[in-house]
Amino acid sequence: MSEIGVVLFYTTSAVFRAESLLRAAGLTPRLVPTPRELSSDCGLALQFAWDVRNEVETILQRAGVEYDSLYPLPTSPADKPAS
Amino acid sequence: MIYLDHAATSWPKPPEVLRAMTAFLEEAGGNPGRSGHRLSVAAGRIVYQAREAVAGLLHAPDPLAVIFTHNATHALNLALHGLLQPGDRVVTGGMEHNSVMRPLRALEATGVEVMAVPASPEGRLDPGDFVRALRSGARLVVLNHASNVVGTIAPAAEVAQVAHAAGALLLLDAAQTAGVLPIDMQAMGLDLLAFTGHKGLQGPPGTGGLVLNLPSGEAWRDELLRQIHPLLQGGTGSSSVSEQQPDHLPDRLECGTPNGAGLAGLAAGIAWLHARSLDSLRQHELELTRRLIDGLGDIPGVTLYGPRDAEDRTAVVSFRVEGMSVSEVGRRLDEEDSVLCRVGLHCAPAAHRALGTFPEGTVRFAPGPLTRLEDIDAAVRAVARLAQR
Repeated sequence: MSEIGVVLFYTTSAVFRAESLLRAAGLTPRLVPTPRELSSDCGLALQFAWDVRNEVETILQRAGVEYDSLYPLPTSPADKPAS
Repeated sequence: MIYLDHAATSWPKPPEVLRAMTAFLEEAGGNPGRSGHRLSVAAGRIVYQAREAVAGLLHAPDPLAVIFTHNATHALNLALHGLLQPGDRVVTGGMEHNSVMRPLRALEATGVEVMAVPASPEGRLDPGDFVRALRSGARLVVLNHASNVVGTIAPAAEVAQVAHAAGALLLLDAAQTAGVLPIDMQAMGLDLLAFTGHKGLQGPPGTGGLVLNLPSGEAWRDELLRQIHPLLQGGTGSSSVSEQQPDHLPDRLECGTPNGAGLAGLAAGIAWLHARSLDSLRQHELELTRRLIDGLGDIPGVTLYGPRDAEDRTAVVSFRVEGMSVSEVGRRLDEEDSVLCRVGLHCAPAAHRALGTFPEGTVRFAPGPLTRLEDIDAAVRAVARLAQR
């Protein structure tokens, strides 16, 4: 099972908003360049521990932050989130 | 030196503002939201924090609906040109600045109908006059929250209610009031608000914005707000696959590299206001305004304009000295007493017509948060000396 995932947004401002909301909820998201295999778009994505994906979605939906999708990522040691 | 020109721009800026701007350039100099490296991310975070600071101060529902611009003029142009089309009707107050009247006159030439509600000689507006002006409907009501000439505070919440009853949106020009008066966009029913960063918010020039009250709680208002056309198209760091301007806020209405250093300073300015409490700053400015009204009002040969009660105005006091042109008063105050103020028409001919001071204008004293009572007393003494000549 995947240990990390990313959530993609339509605007980089929403990435920073999401980061602020998730941090306020005690999570430790990480800003990463959007993986090219997920989007041909440039920009930023937010990486999080895959086991908190439901919490991530709840927080974003409650705040009305529009997001594209949550994707599990193949784990490489360097990508592991802090928790 | 006694700086009484805060209605033009606040000075000096809090040291925290300068430090935040330097730190942005030294430690977070990337292009915000464009790249994935640490300097870009650090810059993007600071710009986003400025959105949160603005949304928090104005009680706007969504920080992403804070659209940064160069100044209030840019924000007002974005709202007016973005919303109004030939055949639309727009209602405005009689105390507007040229940052509203010039775009409206330009739009009028394209077939937009412009209706101005007259103000009293003290600069007051009656919501009942807006009810009458809105009988034939309108798309938008534009209102100056407080006069930059005499400080008269407009009944914004009441006018918003009247606008909504007529199916119109309310755009508030908060150039003089953001950071000065309490503003709650949701409670007051303000659909759009234009602000500048370099006056009451204590930030640097080159910062400002248009804030949208989204979601407003009413579908028809949200729908109109989502229809605003961008003033500019360009890069946003998002949806780069498309050559069309993206739909999502703030990118739909904001593009090109933002003034990151300026916005870092703006956020620091807002933090500075919170640390001192908006309420105590307002009490201080009320005290200064009362002292000015009382002191200048006691000088024979000095005519004061605007409401006599300081509660009805921001810290902006206009006057004339009998037998001396306003430019002469301004020059002598600067040269002889180091009192710095602004004289003339203050880019607001409509307001001066309402006050009966067109075309000569007035001398304007506009103290700020750090102005002391003894500064006011010294400025009043300087005017008294001029009036005696």
